[in-house]
Amino acid sequence: MPLSADSALRPPIANPVRNVLTASRDDTTVVNIGPSHPATHGTVQIIAELDAEKVVRTDVHCGYLHRGFEKECEDHTWHNLMPYVDRLNYCSALINNFAYCDAVEQLMDIEITPRTKYLRTLLAEYNRLADHLTCVAAQLMELGAMTAFLYLVTVRDSIYEHLAALTGARVTYSYGRIGGLAFDVPAGWFARLEEILKEYERYIEMVHGLVDRNRIFIDRMRNVGVISTAQAIHWGFTGPILRSTGAPRDLRKDTPYLAYGELDFDVPVGINGDNYDRYYVRMREMDESVYMVRQLLDMIPEGPIMVDDRRCVFPEKELVYTEIESLINHFKLVMEGPVVPAGDIYVAHEGANGELGFYLVSNGAGQPWKAHVRSPSFVHMGGVHTMLDGYQLADIVTTFGSVNMIGGECDR
Amino acid sequence: MTAPLFDRLREQLSPVEAGPEDQPSAASPVLCRGVQHKVLVFELTPDQLLPVARRLHDEFGFDLFLDVTAVDWPDAPLRFEVVWHFYSTTAHVRVRLKTRVSVQDCTVDTLTPLYGSAGYMERECHDMYGIGFRGNPDLRPILLYEGFVGHPLRKDYPKQKEQPLVPYRPPQSALVR
Repeated sequence: MPLSADSALRPPIANPVRNVLTASRDDTTVVNIGPSHPATHGTVQIIAELDAEKVVRTDVHCGYLHRGFEKECEDHTWHNLMPYVDRLNYCSALINNFAYCDAVEQLMDIEITPRTKYLRTLLAEYNRLADHLTCVAAQLMELGAMTAFLYLVTVRDSIYEHLAALTGARVTYSYGRIGGLAFDVPAGWFARLEEILKEYERYIEMVHGLVDRNRIFIDRMRNVGVISTAQAIHWGFTGPILRSTGAPRDLRKDTPYLAYGELDFDVPVGINGDNYDRYYVRMREMDESVYMVRQLLDMIPEGPIMVDDRRCVFPEKELVYTEIESLINHFKLVMEGPVVPAGDIYVAHEGANGELGFYLVSNGAGQPWKAHVRSPSFVHMGGVHTMLDGYQLADIVTTFGSVNMIGGECDR
Repeated sequence: MTAPLFDRLREQLSPVEAGPEDQPSAASPVLCRGVQHKVLVFELTPDQLLPVARRLHDEFGFDLFLDVTAVDWPDAPLRFEVVWHFYSTTAHVRVRLKTRVSVQDCTVDTLTPLYGSAGYMERECHDMYGIGFRGNPDLRPILLYEGFVGHPLRKDYPKQKEQPLVPYRPPQSALVR
């Protein structure tokens, strides 16, 4: 007797709401892909109804990486959230850091120092480069383009090593601070940055040569996973996916934050909204990021990186040991957390995958009353079925790769 | 571009000038709270949500649905504050709608007829706070698993509470037979 037939043996389910997709026609089959499958990078489950090899409809489930991010945030001081926001999008943790810091700083009415402003912009673009490299590399690898994958990952690894020299970590940096940055750039860091940008150009040229006009690649990518601008907006797509449909929507241009208003850059867009366009938009965006990083290298002024505000910035260690006010200040910041005025705020930055929004609610305490993340990946998962339905089963892999779902920020 | 659109929104949606202590009521269902951190904020009664959202979508060009979530205020008579964010991809501005619902009747209208993306985000809000979305046909758990009891982001849900699907076993070493 099957386990499920005997109600006594069935595990108790309080609200049995998840019904698995059933076949809508006689000649279709329902298959389950994931949640742990080598072709779905990230833990996500796709239940697909197939007519032979053709996908009729899909039901995408996420949540397998849910770890109670928002609940956890309510129990920590505003400072202590930094490692958590790192782990949302672990491909571009600095963008998460800076978006969160920006939200808290606006709530506290703090204006960051010029050096920090430019450094954050530079690092956000640098990290976007790493994120796009990861996404494109994984996408190419899934199509069997191992050489291109290794080229791209070589560059990414240089970036990781380089960021480790700055922040002490390869992936989850925890480098942002409310009111500034953890520490200043070490000596020689910018010189190495120039070298890596040159290395990037050398490798990316080879990838363009290997992939762009490759018959196999084009056959798998062109006119697959097509989405129109209207559809993309209806389903909440932002970032490279929305831009691949031809809509030049980029928060860095539309609602400039940090130093983006002073930079010269283009917003690359696609034509068709298919996988090939998404690949190309990301490749072009990386070039723009490099262009921005180069501009920023000449713009970063000297000066302090932390604001002078005792509500959120820790006093110098030497002062903590020598004067009572600084000691109290230090203890207050550690034990009670920075005092953020009551209110709520929504701040969005252009993350590597789209609009990364933080909705923070403070009741005036040292811990957030609520910290909600509007993560692009989660919203994209709600609309990704429009890009999967109607194509081949094997196209799920490529389309899914081009969406670049990041489990950490999707499931939180 | 920003200011005229905000002025138009304010005039058209909330003609009555509201004091800071006023709450949305049957007499003045939509209250404007002004521009807060670059976002225009409206507070409204739950029944006004769908008409206002429809006007935002159709008349004012707020074509991108950003987010829906809730805030739990356990001591307030109307315990949950449900919060929506909208973005206009042409005017590049955001609008926030807020409404209050009680724990006994925490149901609001769904926005899925207007925005496809609302479906998933309403599912998450339903998971986390137990807010019902009238008219949303698919409120299955999304971030939680089927069988999860309670709504973890409510303030009365204990942080340490665990609901393992498979009961924990005592730790066993591979070397112990």
